[in-house]
Amino acid sequence: MHSDAFDRYHHGQSPLHSLDPRIKVIITIAFILSNALLPDGAWIAFLLAWAAVIFANAVSGLGVAFTFKRSFIALPFALAAITVLFSIPGKPVTSYHFMMWDFTITDAGLLRFVSIVIRSWLSVQMAILLVAVTEFPKIIHALTHLHVPRIITMIISFLYRYLFVLTDEVMRLLTARQARSAASPGQRSGGSVRWRARIAGHMAGQLFLRSYERSDRIYNAMLSRGYKGDLMTMHPHHYHTHDLVVGVLSIAGLLIMQMAGRL
Amino acid sequence: MTENVVTVNDLRFSYPDGHVALRGISLNLCAGDKVALVGPNGAGKSTLMLHMNGILDGRGEIEVGGMRLTRDNLPVIRAMVGLVFQNPDDQLFSPTVFEDVAFGPLHMGLPEADVIIRVDAALEAVRMSGYRDRLSHHLSVGEKKRIAIATVLSMEPKILILDEPSAGLDPRARRTLINLLRELPITMLVSTHDMRLVEELFPRTIVMDDGMIVADGKTKDLLQDEKLLNEHGLEKP
Repeated sequence: MHSDAFDRYHHGQSPLHSLDPRIKVIITIAFILSNALLPDGAWIAFLLAWAAVIFANAVSGLGVAFTFKRSFIALPFALAAITVLFSIPGKPVTSYHFMMWDFTITDAGLLRFVSIVIRSWLSVQMAILLVAVTEFPKIIHALTHLHVPRIITMIISFLYRYLFVLTDEVMRLLTARQARSAASPGQRSGGSVRWRARIAGHMAGQLFLRSYERSDRIYNAMLSRGYKGDLMTMHPHHYHTHDLVVGVLSIAGLLIMQMAGRL
Repeated sequence: MTENVVTVNDLRFSYPDGHVALRGISLNLCAGDKVALVGPNGAGKSTLMLHMNGILDGRGEIEVGGMRLTRDNLPVIRAMVGLVFQNPDDQLFSPTVFEDVAFGPLHMGLPEADVIIRVDAALEAVRMSGYRDRLSHHLSVGEKKRIAIATVLSMEPKILILDEPSAGLDPRARRTLINLLRELPITMLVSTHDMRLVEELFPRTIVMDDGMIVADGKTKDLLQDEKLLNEHGLEKP
């Protein structure tokens, strides 16, 4: 039993795969930032940003609709912005009555909401593409080289390494429970909800204890190989001219997008 | 006379919960020795191993490479004692194989060019050169075990200490590991329950039980002593 459920990297040989990971991280963050800075209803700029996403998809060799198909997973999070529909003053579009409240959707609210959904939808696509064309350890490296605080990259790195181990552990626990979830003939199996909750609680506790003990063993393994409190890594990445050219062109493209959004 | 690599003198240790794990351990390992450490679960084998490079700190004396283990020379001692843990998932904590094998040499303060040379040499020694850029969680248990050994070989230790290296391996992976251990030209102390491995690989065996060394001698003599084996929960291979 092995869980690879979290690995989103798609092996490939495209120019995007071989681009320096630092440049990829910078472009992705700049793209997300640029989307966030675009004014509401900047339709031309949104279209340009979408074109950029489709272009990047095509270059990645993963298929033009690669990120599109995977982007809807993030849409429920955009619902957090649903209150802007009712809270921004403007011309009423429609209104609903719910229990003792009246909800009125305004045109300005609707514009803001749609813009937020588009922005997050585009941003998520670029992030999905980054993770698909860059091996995760290289993203962590890139973050280190970009001077993201060491403690954060360390936490991400351990999280990535042990997420797989922990998931395997959870799956083993679940299988063990399933294997013993038997029933006697004619009896309803499973016990009460309260009892089930208690079992689930015990399992969570088990998982915590095992992880806690494991962290102790890992720390020992680190100590025995000379860890003194500062995690050291190598600096194997070197910029090539074409990496820089791609970086500069992308940023220039984002600036054009910003200008288009303010026309 | 052969050089002493590790000398342990009257080592005693109790865990914080009061459980006495070591009750006066004394032993000597010479350069080139390949020694098996056997005994029932809870005998204190792993506790002894954790003392060898100062992870645990009991009462008594430990000398490694002629140097007494103290808090000040801990980093030097840790470079000399390569400790490989039982579960390779604990040993391999970096995302990629390369980073894990480079961890020890980097923390020894070696320049990056030397680190790369050492990583390549260590991976070559365990015959895993092609795995440099692989992700640790994608490896099989047998591969993980070999990489785990490479992570300490890259520190060029004087002694290799392995905890249950053959546990959980299928016959082929076990055979590969045995061949690897046989060929590594380094002093070795290996804790194991695998008596066939002991018979095949280690000329000397130390038997531990209840925190004490109960026998220390030639493997072929000890394996003939059925009374000793029975008393300490061991089986003749």
